[in-house]
Amino acid sequence: MEDIVSLFHGFAVVLQPFNILLMCIGILLGVIVGVLPGLGGANGVAILLPLTFSMSPTSAIIMLSCIYWGALFGGAITSILFNIPGEPWSVATTFDGHPMAQQGKAGEALTAAFTSSFVGALFAVIMITLVAPLVAKFALQFGPAEKFSVFFLAFCSFIGMGKEPPFKTIVSMMIGFALAAVGLDSVTGQLRLTFGFESLLNGFDFLIAVIGLFGIGEILLTMEEGLEFRGKSASINVRVVLQTWAELPRYWWTSLRSCLIGVWMGISPAGATPASFMSYGIAKRVSPRGRNFGKGEIEGVVAPETAAHAAGTAALLPMLSLGVPGSPTAAVLLGGLLIWGLQPGPLLFVEQKDFVWGLIASMYLGNLAGLIIVLTCVPLFAAILRVPFSIIGPVILVFCAIGAYTVHNSTFDVVMMLVFGIIGYALKKTNYPLAPMVLAIVLGDKAEEAFRQSLLASGGGLGVFFSNALVGSIMALGFVVLFLPLIQAAWTRMRGAAAA
Amino acid sequence: MDEGQAAGPGQRSVEIGVTVATALFGLIVILGSMQVGIGWGAEGPKSGFFPFYLGVIIMLSSAVNLLEAARKSGDKIFADWSQLRQVLAVVIPTAVYVTVIPWVGIYVSSFFLIGLFMVWLGSYRIWYAFTLSAVIMIATYMTFEKWFLVPLPKGPFEDFLGL
Repeated sequence: MEDIVSLFHGFAVVLQPFNILLMCIGILLGVIVGVLPGLGGANGVAILLPLTFSMSPTSAIIMLSCIYWGALFGGAITSILFNIPGEPWSVATTFDGHPMAQQGKAGEALTAAFTSSFVGALFAVIMITLVAPLVAKFALQFGPAEKFSVFFLAFCSFIGMGKEPPFKTIVSMMIGFALAAVGLDSVTGQLRLTFGFESLLNGFDFLIAVIGLFGIGEILLTMEEGLEFRGKSASINVRVVLQTWAELPRYWWTSLRSCLIGVWMGISPAGATPASFMSYGIAKRVSPRGRNFGKGEIEGVVAPETAAHAAGTAALLPMLSLGVPGSPTAAVLLGGLLIWGLQPGPLLFVEQKDFVWGLIASMYLGNLAGLIIVLTCVPLFAAILRVPFSIIGPVILVFCAIGAYTVHNSTFDVVMMLVFGIIGYALKKTNYPLAPMVLAIVLGDKAEEAFRQSLLASGGGLGVFFSNALVGSIMALGFVVLFLPLIQAAWTRMRGAAAA
Repeated sequence: MDEGQAAGPGQRSVEIGVTVATALFGLIVILGSMQVGIGWGAEGPKSGFFPFYLGVIIMLSSAVNLLEAARKSGDKIFADWSQLRQVLAVVIPTAVYVTVIPWVGIYVSSFFLIGLFMVWLGSYRIWYAFTLSAVIMIATYMTFEKWFLVPLPKGPFEDFLGL
């Protein structure tokens, strides 16, 4: 009940004219970020983060989270009209979305995609509203060992549930942790791993890493592929929207299933991309029209879009309540909290009520505003995509450089950005996942602190991580997720042996 | 993509190169940790304790990845030379760009970066490319310096204009 009051208070904050303006600017920027190659949710937010330093944290998070919603919406536009996924989570949308556009049903496909996104996000936000305060209250009792076990679980799920080879995920993650360790040791105050270089005193900032790995790396990939945009034109009019809306309730079961998949995958840090693929795959298998999938079936647009948005939104639940982001973009938002002087984690719900509920309220309104904006502005966004890459490419480079510079007003960071970019390109081409690295850079200090404090309390024994039922079961769950591929393989073999 | 016809570095050799690089990184982390101490001190685990094990895990995992990469067949290419030339066409100008920013400021260097890219890669006319580039930089200046009050690096040109 108290939470409902707080939520309405949050709505009042968001509905201030200045915040509504920021919301719309955020959505517009977000869609542009989502539409352009080389700019994604994570680095879009990272580049624009410095612009918010002078704002109040609540206004800042409203604008930045709206950039995130916008980016989620924007990915669908390029997938459907150009058959180019603007974001990895919209790859599955191309399978049926683009065939629909080729058949002249671009309007229907876009309306279905946007509406499904909205439904998925709404489902996840309602879930966050109901569950997040409870999780936070629970997590308030966590000691260092429990905190570490949550980090452990989050990172294990990357290794066990990711589609990349597990040892590549481990390397990528551990490099992230090591980069986070460079500079001042937060526990002892000692300098480490700087090898006498003064510019390493403050360590590596994850924002620079995000801008380099995702932004510059993506531009290099785009250059290599020699991308050319040849798209379908699209216009959406009221009649098409209403027609599609009348048709959509038929797929309520697909929607609900995709919402559940999305929310589950979003909370565990698997993220939006696997959620969209999984949802598409299941819909294809169980739908009576499953054989038409891939030829322009509207259900094939509904399933991945709903799941991707539900996952993208649900990724904010662990970030808000536990301080463990569920996706790279959520990690950047978490970094933003630190910069604005807020301590992410369960205490937010006690100490920063305005901020938390303002953010949750802006999720409701931001997604609604997003739906309206994307439905009305599709031709504008499609026009942006027609600007040749020889103009867009260098402009994105310049904005990445500006974003990297403004983090600490340091030109050395701009150089580091390029270095991260080249590393990102090489790692991506050799199938190393980048998301675990970014998350490790963000969480490294906190994970290490929790680990060392636990060991300090136990006098060095690892038994502290199994000292009570709670921490023991989270750690055990972590190990189960870590060895999930092996467990699944063993299970299949056992079943095969039993059947034979 | 047409494999086998186009020439370029093999995926296998690049993968091996990456694992060697990550192993080297792991080694550096281990050495750096040992400098500050990896054991227990008066205040509990020393500063190098945590990173030391990170380095060990990186090296062990790199070894596994190296074996995996070595077992791959050698006929798949990483990217053909013309594609890599395209990548270098971005990397080299950008490297020059990030090096000159401290001296000439971000506006002038960006003006040249965008203009030259358009002329080289997009084969636009020089006057068109640089006019557009100037417009973009003026818009950027207004957005950052005037509206959001974020100062960006400036050089002699901005001094000359008195900005």
